[in-house]
Formats: sequence, C-alpha cells, structure tokens
Amino acid sequence: MSRSTPRVGPLAGHGHAPPALDVDGLLDDPATRIIVCCGSGGVGKTTTSAALALRAAERGRKVVVLTIDPARRLAQSMGIEVLDNVPRPVPGSGTAAGGSLDAMMLDMKRTFDEVVENQATPEKAKQILENPFYIALSSSFAGTQEYMAMEKLGQLHKDAQRTGRWDLVVVDTPPSRSALDFLDAPERLSSFLDGRFIRLLLAPAKGPARLMTAGLGVVTGALNRILGTHVLRDMQTFVAAFDTLFGGFRQRAQHTFELLQAPGTAFLVVAAPEPDALREAAYFVERLSEERMPLAGLVVNRASVDPSAGLSAEQAVAAAERLDAAGEDRPSSEVASGLLRLLAERQRVVARETRLRQRFATAHPEVPTAVVPALSTDVHDLDGLRRIGVLLGG
Amino acid sequence: MQVHVVTGKGGTGKSTVAAALALALASRGKQVLLCEVEGRQGIAQMFDVPPLPYEERPLAHGPGHDGEPGGEVFALAIDPESALLEYLSMYYRLGRAGKALDKFGVIDFATTIAPGVRDVLLTGKVYEAAQRNKRSKDARHYDAVVLDAPPTGRISQFLNVNDELAGLAKVGPIKTQADAIMTLLRSPRTAVHLVTVLEEMPVQETADGITELRRVGLPVGGVVMNLTRPQVLDGDAREAALADALPLAEVGAALERVGLPADTALLDALGAEGRDHAERRRLEDTQRALVGALDVPSYELTRLPDGVDLGGLYELAAQLREQGMA
Repeated sequence: MSRSTPRVGPLAGHGHAPPALDVDGLLDDPATRIIVCCGSGGVGKTTTSAALALRAAERGRKVVVLTIDPARRLAQSMGIEVLDNVPRPVPGSGTAAGGSLDAMMLDMKRTFDEVVENQATPEKAKQILENPFYIALSSSFAGTQEYMAMEKLGQLHKDAQRTGRWDLVVVDTPPSRSALDFLDAPERLSSFLDGRFIRLLLAPAKGPARLMTAGLGVVTGALNRILGTHVLRDMQTFVAAFDTLFGGFRQRAQHTFELLQAPGTAFLVVAAPEPDALREAAYFVERLSEERMPLAGLVVNRASVDPSAGLSAEQAVAAAERLDAAGEDRPSSEVASGLLRLLAERQRVVARETRLRQRFATAHPEVPTAVVPALSTDVHDLDGLRRIGVLLGG
Repeated sequence: MQVHVVTGKGGTGKSTVAAALALALASRGKQVLLCEVEGRQGIAQMFDVPPLPYEERPLAHGPGHDGEPGGEVFALAIDPESALLEYLSMYYRLGRAGKALDKFGVIDFATTIAPGVRDVLLTGKVYEAAQRNKRSKDARHYDAVVLDAPPTGRISQFLNVNDELAGLAKVGPIKTQADAIMTLLRSPRTAVHLVTVLEEMPVQETADGITELRRVGLPVGGVVMNLTRPQVLDGDAREAALADALPLAEVGAALERVGLPADTALLDALGAEGRDHAERRRLEDTQRALVGALDVPSYELTRLPDGVDLGGLYELAAQLREQGMA
C-alpha cells in the first residue's frame, strides 16, 4: 500500500535544487587565502570554521583559524583555552599531507590595546588605555568584538604574507544580534570616531571657549545635566587623546574592507534550517553582493536526514494509532508505535526544513549550498571536527 | 506587578519562550506587556503582524480558562534612540535641545557608544512600564512585563546597569535613574529566566549565567528547557536501541497485524530512528540532570515538529501554564 507513495527526499521533485557547494575544491584551491564564516548566533559557525580549518590543514594547507567564542571542551581539544591572542599549533592535527593547523581565540580588548599601542606614542597610549571611556569602549561596546575580529583578520593575513607561515586564514565571526553587524561595526565605529560631534567635543578642549557655538552650548549643557559634568570631561580627554589615531582607524577599517572584497577571500554563510537563521542568511547573501564581496556559498548545519522509509508521516501516525487502539499488551507493539511516531516526527521536520531551504533557494538560486546532517552527539574534539569535515566535503 | 526577564543562548528559542510566557500569563487573566530590545522585530514575525513601532500595541488575547476571561498581551519594541528622546522630553522638556542633540549626532553617540547609557535607556523604559499603577494617568497598567532580553552572555551586564555606569556617571540624573532601575531589578518583583536546550554548551552557559546573576544580586527565576524530545520509548526500549537490539522482527509482526506490511527498508529506518532517538535522549537526560542540580525551578517545552507558528505559541503557553510557570 505504501510503496506507491513518492519518496519525500530533501529536494526531490522540485526544480529549485541549488548547485552543490564544492567545499574541498574551495579548500584545495591555492587562490583561496581567506575564508570568513558568518551567520546568526547559534548556527554552529565556530564548529564549521574549526572543521573547515582542520580539513584544509589535513589536505595540505597551512592554516590559521581565528575563533571567537568556542565551547570550552572544543577550545581545550584545540589547545586554545588560554586567551593570549597568539596563534598556537593544534596538537593532534594531521600533517601527513604537508599542511599545518594553528588556532587562536580572539581577545578583543587586547587586540584593541595593541592597535592603540602600535599607533600612538607610549605616553599617549597610556593616557588612552587608562581613560574610562576607552575601557568601556574596548570591553563592552556592542561593535567592538566585530571590529576587532576584522582587525585580527587583517593582522593574520599580513603575517601570513610576510612570513609564509600560513597560506589560508579561516575566521569565525562574533555571535552578533545580526549577522551583518560585523560588516557594519567597523564603519560605525570609525565614522563615530570621525564624526561631527567628536569634532565639536574637541573644540573646547583645544581652542578658546568662545569658539563654542550657541548650539553646542545647549548640547553640552543638556549632556551635563543628563550624564553629570565629569562624564563630558572624560569624553573630551578621550577624544583629544584619540584624535591623532582617527585617521589611522579609518584607514585600517578601509583596508580590511578591501581585503574582504579581494578575490582570495571566500565568504561562507552558515545557517541552521530554521526560519530566523535562513532569513539572516538571505540578508547576508544580498548584502555581500551589494558590497561586491565574494560569496562562496551557504552551509546549512544540523539538517535532519530523510529516513527514506517509503512511508509518509500521515501513514506512520495512522499505523501508530491503530496499534495503540488495538490495545495489544505486548512490549513490541508499544515499541512499534513509538518508533512509528518518531519516524513521523522526523518526516515532518524534514518536510519543514526542506520547505525553508527551498524558499531560500528560490530567492537565491545561484548560491551553492552544502547541507550538513545533524550529528546525534556534541562535537568537542578533533575527531568530531573531522566527521563534520567529511560531511562538509560531501 | 511582576517583571519577567527572559534570556538564553542564541538559538535556544528565548524569544519564543518569552512570547509563550506572555500568552500563558494572559491566560491567567493578566494584562501583559511583551517587550523586545534588540531591534530584531522578532515579536512581529512570531505573531505575524507588521513591524512594531515604539508604541504599545495590542498583540493577542490570552485564552481564557475555566470560564475566566483571558487577559491581553500588548507588545512594544524598545529602541534606544526613541527611548532617549522620550526620556529627554519627559524629564527635561528638552524641545530645542533635544532636536539639537539629534542634529549633532549625540543621540547616536549616547545610544551606541556610551556603553551602559544604552542599557539604562532600554531597561529604563521597561522600568517605566513596570512602575505604572492604576492611578497612572493616560497610561495602560500591566500586571506583568515580559522582556525578551539580550542573550545569556550579556544578560548580567545588561541588567546590572549600575556597574556599567560606574566610572562614567557617578552623579546626575542618569545615575539616579539607574539606581531606581536596579532597585526594581533586584527586588522579588523581578525574575530572570534562562532558556536552554538540553545540549552541553547551552546548559553550561546557563549554569554560568545563574552564577553570574547571583553574583551581581539579580533574582534568578527558572530554567526553561526548550525543544525537548518526545518521551515515546521506555528505558528498556532505549537500552535495546543503543545496543542495536530492538525486537525489529516482532515490531514487523505488530505492523502486519495493523495492516502495514513492513519491508526491510522500513524496519531499518525504524531501527535507525530508535537508535538516534535513544542517543539523543541519553544526552538530554545527562543535561536534564545537570539542570536539575542547579537548584532553580525548571520547566520543559517540547519540540514542535512543524516549527513554531501562532498556534504553536499557544500550545507552548499551555505547557508553561500547566507546569506552573504562569
């Protein structure tokens, strides 16, 4: 009876199958110098980045992977549980193919401090590093992590070119509210640091008070009333100290942006088969094309696998109900009913995920896609990463 | 008047849980305000309504129970820019200066750069809604405010506005405001709930989050274990599944008896399903035990195979209600 039912495979029977993403081709291509994994929070970006980096290394690339906030056990197994902002060799990664794997975890405050130290004179750097505004900005501003991830990427890329220690940089991006934040944060931060308000704040610190316009008087008056007077003073000190660095910051942000547009860069948008994650992925794909940034493809993690049981969800549930109704007091019929319900649930999940992916593929038919089946256990060691790597490689 | 703050690691479904909790409270006849602060318009998407403005809008009716009518859920998307302008006009009657602030980019500045100020503004609006009472003129009064808050990693920082401001604003109205907010947030009228899925990392993050919340003196509510799997196989069957020893021949015979001739492909699929389920349940059970040891009330929401639509939200609300979260 059920054999005539068409099988509901992940993409069966529809014309919207996206091209397959050739992950190994991407990893093996020596022209690929940077891989950026982006996507909304909770979709497995860190695991994907680490798995790609390990696979690339074991296929012969000299890889450094920058992770943002790896799970503790994964970090331990990669030897990067110490947050010291320096890439270290990953113990246990295969080197038979002539490749190597280094890994590091981003320390955003230290990265920011280093930028300041490299750009300012020692005494000015000290002044900045001690300013409460700088401390707040460098440790808790919503865009700082994104900015510093990009900054670190720039540094690693430069080191790679200079020393030849690496020929591929893989970066994870911060678990932002929006996947787009890491593209916007550097711009927002540098445009703020470069902004009109800053110039106005600088004026009283630099020149005679009479230069202050009536408008600014109202503004600073209001700010003083709201924040308390010393806040503005701290801010002015900060801005005055930072003044000479502004140009440098803008320039660096510009460089990083150009690096992201360069042909050696490949963006992988990571998603889970959930509406929010795929919506974010769609925004991201559109934005990358607007910014002329090279998109390599979409990785859909944790996909449910079609059980190919030759039975529809409805048929499975109906049979389970008949079993329950028959009231046979045998353990095997209870087990049978339970298994049928599990099967039905799986099929409904597969159908929903397939619908979601098709919707994405219909709107973005040109985006190559890799679908990674969900594992039934957590990934927290190199073997787990290798398994993911095999699934990514197809 | 109760403030429910709902947080959780990304991907655990904290917005879904916040919405379900709001509906569950409304089903007890309460007037509820559901707020979001991350500019994502998640509420609008879940309830399938147009994007929400900075304005309280009626969103849904709680289902009534036992002849009692349900309350209403209102929604509000709080963004720091609007909150600051409202704050300025409310406390300072800053007509001209307010506009000037905007023109000079101060609003941008205060809300994106000056850390802490942003969070004071966001939590300040929640505070304002929570402080209203029946005597408040021209303002709706709520029995509960549910806040879809930033993720676990940032929650203590977000709520602990005092600390964030320390060193930046030691005196002045913002500081006074922050103090008032903290008094509410630290009081028994507030409960911070953490949403998790039964996987290792989110559970670990939940445990860390609870420690952190307690350290800064914020009241921990409950842990909501979201997206849990159905309990369809008993312990013996799961043991058997893990050992690849399910009685598949007998299962096949049972299926025959109800008119479903089972071939090897189907039996194999059923066996694989059983094994996968048993493995995941074993992981879940380990994590569930860890959540149980956290010494906070816990609740469980099952995974809906068709995803969460409006009907699904009501179903989850009913589950929370039955478990006594609302």
